[in-house]
Order: sequence, then structure tokens, then C-alpha cells
Amino acid sequence: MRGDPGNFEVLTPTSLPEALRLMSEAALDQDSPLLKPLAGGTDLMVLMEMGALQCERFLSLHAIDELRSFRPEEDSVAIGAAMTFSRIRTEAILREEFPLLCEAAGQVGALAIQNRGTLGGNIANASPAADSAPALLAYDAELEIVSQSGTRRIPYSAFHTGYKEMQLRPDELIRSILLPRKWKGCHQSFRKVGARAAQAISKVSFAGVLRISDGLIQEARIAMGSVAPTPLRCVHTERALQGKKLDFSAIGRAKEALFKEISPVDDIRSNREYRLRVSLNLIEDFLLSARK
Amino acid sequence: MTILRKEGREKARGAAFYVDDIAFSNLLHGTTVRSSIARGCISGISYLPGVPWDEFTIVTSKDIPGKNCIAHILHDQPCLADGLINHPEEPVVLLAHPDRHVLEKARRLVQIETKELPAVFTIEDSLARKQVIWGADNLFKSLLIEKGNVDSVWAGADRIIEGEYSTGAQEQLYLEPNGMVAKADNLSGVTVWGSMQCPFYVHHALVTALGLQADKVRVIQTETGGGFGGKEDYPSVIATHAALLSLKAGKPVKMIYDRAEDLAATTKRHPSRTRHKTAVSKSGKLLGMEVDFAIDGGAYATISSVVLSRGAIHAAGPYLCPNVRIRGHAVATNSPPNGAFRGFGAPQSIFALERHMDTIAAELGIPPEELRRRNFLHQGDQTATGQVLREKPDMEGLLEKALNAAGYHEKRKAFAEANANPETRVKKGIGFSAFMHGAGFTGSGEKMLASVAAVQATAAGRIEVLASSTEIGQGANTVFAQIVSHALGIPSDWVDVVRPDTSIVPNSGPTVASRTTMIVGKLVENAALGLREVLRQSGRLGLSHTPSDFQQALSTYVREVGPLRSDSTYKQPSHIEWDDMNYRGDAYGTFAWAVYVAEVSVDTVTYETKVDHFVAAQEVGKVIHPMLAAGQIEGGVTQGIGFAIYEEVVNRSGRMANNRLTNYIIPTSMDTPRIQVIFAENPYAHGPQGAKGIGELPLDGAAPAILNAVSFATGAPIHQIPMTPEHLLRALHGAKPEGQQL
Repeated sequence: MRGDPGNFEVLTPTSLPEALRLMSEAALDQDSPLLKPLAGGTDLMVLMEMGALQCERFLSLHAIDELRSFRPEEDSVAIGAAMTFSRIRTEAILREEFPLLCEAAGQVGALAIQNRGTLGGNIANASPAADSAPALLAYDAELEIVSQSGTRRIPYSAFHTGYKEMQLRPDELIRSILLPRKWKGCHQSFRKVGARAAQAISKVSFAGVLRISDGLIQEARIAMGSVAPTPLRCVHTERALQGKKLDFSAIGRAKEALFKEISPVDDIRSNREYRLRVSLNLIEDFLLSARK
Repeated sequence: MTILRKEGREKARGAAFYVDDIAFSNLLHGTTVRSSIARGCISGISYLPGVPWDEFTIVTSKDIPGKNCIAHILHDQPCLADGLINHPEEPVVLLAHPDRHVLEKARRLVQIETKELPAVFTIEDSLARKQVIWGADNLFKSLLIEKGNVDSVWAGADRIIEGEYSTGAQEQLYLEPNGMVAKADNLSGVTVWGSMQCPFYVHHALVTALGLQADKVRVIQTETGGGFGGKEDYPSVIATHAALLSLKAGKPVKMIYDRAEDLAATTKRHPSRTRHKTAVSKSGKLLGMEVDFAIDGGAYATISSVVLSRGAIHAAGPYLCPNVRIRGHAVATNSPPNGAFRGFGAPQSIFALERHMDTIAAELGIPPEELRRRNFLHQGDQTATGQVLREKPDMEGLLEKALNAAGYHEKRKAFAEANANPETRVKKGIGFSAFMHGAGFTGSGEKMLASVAAVQATAAGRIEVLASSTEIGQGANTVFAQIVSHALGIPSDWVDVVRPDTSIVPNSGPTVASRTTMIVGKLVENAALGLREVLRQSGRLGLSHTPSDFQQALSTYVREVGPLRSDSTYKQPSHIEWDDMNYRGDAYGTFAWAVYVAEVSVDTVTYETKVDHFVAAQEVGKVIHPMLAAGQIEGGVTQGIGFAIYEEVVNRSGRMANNRLTNYIIPTSMDTPRIQVIFAENPYAHGPQGAKGIGELPLDGAAPAILNAVSFATGAPIHQIPMTPEHLLRALHGAKPEGQQL
């Protein structure tokens, strides 16, 4: 291990107010390093092993029950930010109404990682390859963000502002992820394209939701991962489909819109050529399957 | 017979003792500071402030008491760079400190100032001598194998078919990274413990670099978590480094590579490029084969010349062809040296040949299995090196068994129909490969090694096996115990295999080349029979005996006469003749023969290939331990799947850019199909109980079978591996401008 465990300090508050107080104190104290929230650790521990972990002080969220709660309400469900992928994968309401999120949860790393990794951690790690992101974008997720100064809600689609940049102040925590319960009965599909069947980071990921009635697309949600600096809700592609009959010309226009909307790059996991081509194939495959 | 693994209980309980488990109270940790450029001169070394440098032991090339080299076949690889840098992971400075975290901080504070020189990174650039970076011509070795006169056939041939094929580097990825502990002082010499395949290679390297007498160097193998060739030559580097630090510090030093360092710095399978030009008759008879085989050895010679030999000798496959010319070149590039990896050159040249055979079949309009059938080698035929096959290979029988088990003919028909439907998004394919693998060292290697193994009696009436062959997960201990048990008619539980320690065991050679069971196992068998003979001659054992008679005789002998040990030295079977200069004659004592069949799905949305089912049929003489043997095949096929479609070493200016398990992709159990293993037996007279070598064989055939299946499924012209989805996209659609993708 290249990181030195002796360099790290971990605070373990047992309640949310205590956690927020510690976050606030650290944010206000100019001399103290910022507190980095630590949930499952499945991203941070990899950096620590590499000796590439920049922060030194951590706030463990383990002992805060409130962050692990699952609260279904009439119009929406609220998923506690520290809820693990294993629980998300098996939660009956989520399986029935938000299958894309459950599928994504079941494709995170492998079982051991799903047992540790949390939805909030996946969001706050802010990787464009985050497995849960396309499903959250496609389902119009909102984030409930708390600090000592109060609570605010923000659409998830506005949360990521650039590569590894997000709308989250150093004194704030993500409390829960809210999903509106309006997608039952829609045609929907998720696909993670990784380098192998498990223990993979996505090279391209895709989530699509279509509400079709009277032969027309009433509502479309298309979201992708690993094709832009942030997880991307593909609004131009959605617009190309909205209100249209799902015929070959609509499919062609959607592909054109997607082609202009994404900006994949070459990196260690794949290349622009592949990501572009597969993105176009994925939307075509999704739309063709909706015609059947 | 399947018995429990000798060391299985300790491994399962977590009680097995690995090198990192070694603890001394005054132990220091050692680390390596490496170059960052691929080629250049060192102009200075600075130790930047930030750690208490006076607490460190620091070793540079000036501290080497013997010769500054890692001794293998040649002495070209420095132990520590002395002025010149030839690859980006070249060791320059060694550091030791009691606290490994302070050590890591210090490693980052050593600055090596360099003047960069132009470097070479590809086989073609090296062959073209864009820069001369090694010797006079960048060539570690060139060789020529000739049979008949290939130039005489081109004019009269019905068809001449050419092709060029390439394979990538591959990491062995043993579970336990490389590591060593050394304890050295000027009086008593040096003792090294570590994870390794070849204790006497390490011994030789230490004697050379430290300038010590052979009896002042002791090498002890600790439990080893896999090797696959990756612990054949590299352990000599770490052992020498740890010993140099220990010598200077006067304390024991432990050097354990983490995965990132192990992936970046240690040896890989040689990347290769093979050109084929083949003359065939209309009926599919091979008339002439011209093969140009080149491998990338990296910055230093290590064992590239021998890898080249095996690769080139296997390049003509299990086929009879009257006229063959095979040229081989092992070239230098400014990457870390490549080395041994299961198969040792053969998987590279066999991939090329077996893809080429499918190409020939397609061009002639002959089914691929029929083309093979018309050209298989038989008893009495001559291989490319002119070796007359004394044994009776049955490639037709293996082919039939394998194809039937896989449902090849039915599936080929059904898949072709389904694939023709444009609605089919997932295309299916089935393909196969036919191949052989020579067991034991190439050519006169075994004769020159003249290995020795021994057995000895204990006072308690047990038998101990003494050999330098290492248990590296393959089951050597278990199989040696079985061989002795079978030879002496005693339970295998009464047999112990002594941990390899160069001060105790005889030199039975390295644990490589599929030779441990066949060559060393035979020595163990002979030694055991020799021991039985002594007991019989002494009158203590009759011509037939029960196990307890034997034990009785053994303990009586030890009590009344004294120690009882029997040694056996390798004597080359009289039929083997090899001409090293001209590459003519018996390249191997024998071959294992095989036909592998792969069934695949290719997703045309994502270009992902999945291997759905695999059949591996082979003749390996005699199977001694069915479960271990099947495990060898399954493991080798799995590594072959990685070689074929997953594992890609991303080489950026000579450096491995993806040196992490998150981005160097090996197949997981989710990516591995059911592997059906079929053994045919045909006992080999010079192997214990008739056994031949098995370890490397399965890696040879997996990749071509898989890519032949992918080619059948997609029609893509496939000439290279790893065939990742990114490469398959290119193979299918070419390099189109982006706008045309819509």
C-alpha cells in the first residue's frame, strides 16, 4: 500500500446534526484541511492504495442511520445517500418502478463492492462513468442536500457542472436521492458496456425511458455515462423524439442529435471512435426494441 | 488418481508461509527507484529534502561487489543502471528503511536527472534499425529452420496464400506479486527467501552480482502464489537487489512489489508478428510454407533467444509439409524486458498459423477441419526440423472427439443460418484450432542441464523427495508424491517433498517448459526405483511387498546401515539428436497433441465477444492426477481467453500505462465459460507412468480457436490479438470518418 494510514484521520459522528456540525467547523476553519465524507470507501480506498489520496481528514457516515433509510411516499421515493447498492438492487418498490437503477446497482463492480458502495458516494465521487448516473438522470432524480444552514433540493441533472465538479459546498452532505414515481409502464432499458462482465468501469453506459401512447412518444429520457465530462442527460436527443412517431426517420434524427450532443474521448479504457459508434448503436437498438 | 494436494490444507487454512510472512526484528524494507525515460544517459541523482536521509541505506551501481549484471543467458542486463538507461522502468537506486511508508515517501524524493536519447518501441522499427539500441543490429537472436526447398514450389502451386498476424504482450498475473527477503553479511554470505520458479537461476545471478563463492549463497523458495513464467527470470532481479541492500545495511531486507510495480516492471509475454506465405494444391495439400516470425524482447536479452526457438519450431504446427522455411528474429526495443510466459513463444506462432489455416480453407472453399485432416502429421513423418515422429499421434481422432463433443457441425450450420438474418444482433460462431506442444527444454537443453533429483529415507520409514522443482500452484508436490507412491507401492501420504533450498536439494533444473512431471518426475521415479533396489539387494525387501513391508525394510535399513539416499541424473534417450547450429533434428523428446473448440457470441451493438462454451481435447501421454490435470487445462484456456480478447498492455513510450487491475483486464469467472476437458492417453516411454508435459499446452490453442469462431460469426478479417471490442469495431468497419457513422 503506497498510502500511509498514519497520515489519515477519520471522524465518526453518530448523528446527522453532529456530522453537519463537524463539516461546518472544518469548512470555516481556514487552517484545518477539509473533511471528506467517507461512505463505502470503494473509490477512496483504491486511491489510498495507490498513494494518490489527496485528502487527510475523513468523516465516516457509517454510524448515521438516517442516511441509510429508504422512504417511499406517494409521489416519490427517497433513497438515503448511504444506502448500499446491494439494498437498492433488492428493494421491491425500486425493482418494480425503477428497474434501470436496480440493474445499474447490480452491475457495480461485483457483489463485495455492491455491499459497501453507496448511491450517494457514487454521485459525490462525480465520475462521468458512475454506474448509477444514467438511470438517475433518466428518472428525473432530485438530490436533497443538507448543511447546518438548512436543506435544499436540486435536480440531479444540474448537479454535475464539469469534470469532477459539482454543486456541493464543503459543509454540505447529500442526504437523499428522490425519484418521482411516474415511470411505471414506460418502455425502458439500461446498458452498461464495460470491458468484462464484472469488476468493470463503464466504457459507455446508457439509460432510456419512453412513454408511448397513441403511437406517439409522449415523453423521452435519454442519459449516458462515459461520453462527456459529466454524466449526460441528452436533452437534444430527447427533443428529437418528443411528440414523434417512433419511425425510422425519428430514429435517424435521434442518432444525429446524439452524435452532436456527446463528446467522448480517448482514454486508458477505450477510445472516442468506439464510444461514439457504440452510443449510436445503443440508441438505435433501444428505439428499435421499443417498436416491437 | 485424484488425491488431496500436499500443501492444500495449509493454503486453505491461511497457514501457508509466503515471503511476505517472513518477519525479523531488525527487518528493513527495500524499494527501487526507477528511470522515467525510455532511453538516455544519467547525468545526476539528487536526494530532495523531506525525509531523514541519514536513516536510509542507499545502493547504486557503485555498491555492487561482483559483476553489475543480472546473469541469464547473456550478461547484458545491468543490476542497476550505470550511466545508461534502456527502458522506462530501469532500476537506478535502491533504498531501505525500517518504515515502509517513510520509504515510499523517500522513493518519490529521489530525482534522476537524464539526457534523453531517441528510442525504439516496435518490432518493425527495431528490425529497420531506426535506432541501434542493442548490439550492432538490435537482434538478440536470429534463426533459420529449413526443410526441403521452399523456393521450388511457388511456381507450380495452385494457390499461394499470404497473411500477417500479430499478438500482444500479456501479463502472467500470478496472485502473489514478486517478492524476496535477503539476509547478507560479509562473513557468512547471503541467504535469500522468496517467491520463485527456479532457485538455481536465482543462485547463479546472486553469485555473479555479489562475487561470492557458490557455497556462500543459499536460496530458499517460500510458498509461491503462481508463476506462469513470470517468476522464471525476474526473481533474480529482486533477489539481487534485496541482497545488495542487505549487504550494505547489515540487516535483513524485504522487497515485495505491489501490483502496480509488478505489472509495470516485470516481464510480459513477447509481442509477436508473423508473416505466412503458403503454397497449396487445389485439393488442400500443403506444398510449401515460408514463415517469418519476430518477437519483441524488450531492452535486454533475458531468455528471448529460447522463446524465439520454441515459437519458431512450433510455427509450422502439427502438419506435414515437404518444404518449409522459418526465419525467426528476437529484437530489442526500449520497453522493460519481456520474458517467459506459459507457452513460451508457441501461443504466438500457433495463433498465426491456425488463423492462417482457416484463411487458406476459406480461400480454397474446403471446410477448415477437412484442410487440417489432409495435412496432419503421422507416425514416421518429419516435422519442420526434420524430427521423425516415433510415437503415433492421432490428430484425426482428437479432431473428431473435440468437434463431436462441441456439436460443431450442427452448430456451424445453425449459426450460419441465424447470422444471415439481419435482425440478429448477437451473432454466434464456432471455431477450432489444432496444435501440438513440445515437452521439456528445446533441443539439447535437457542434455546440457543434466538435471538431478533424489529420494531419501527417514528413520521413521518415510520417503523424502529432493528436487529444485518448485510447487507454484500447479501441483508438483502432489504429483511427485504420487510418482513415488506408484513406484514403491506405498501410500502417497508417506512421501514428503522437501522445500527447495539450494543448500539441500540437487539441481533438477528450472520449473519451466512443461518439464516438471515428465522430466523431473521421471528422475524422481528412477531415484525411487533405485532406492527400492538397494533395499532388495540388502536382503531387507522381497520382490513383492506390502506397504508395511516396505516401511519396515526402510526403517531397518536406516537403523542398521545408515542414511539411504538415491540420486538419478538425466540421461537423454538415445533416439534424441539435435543440431543447435542448423535447427535440425529432435526438437523435443515428445509432443502433446490437441484440438480445441470455442463457441462465441459477438454483440453487434457493442462489439463484445463472449466465449460461451469451450472443448479442450488433448493427448498428454498418461494423466497422473486427473483433477490437477483438468485444472491445468481449464486455467490455461482461461489465460488463453484473456490473451485472445481481453488482455491488452497499453504501451506508451515503452511504459505500461494500464498497470492496475482495474484497467489491465483479465477475464473473471463471469467471463469464463464451461470448459469441457477431454484426455486421450498414449503413454510415453520416457515419462513417469507414461506422462508427458501438460502445463503450457492449453495456452497455445485457446486464442486461435476463439478468433476463428469470431471470424466465422462476423466475417471480420482477424489478424491480431487481443481482439478487444475496440479492435473488432475497426476490423469490421475499417476506419471511417466520423460523419459517416450515422
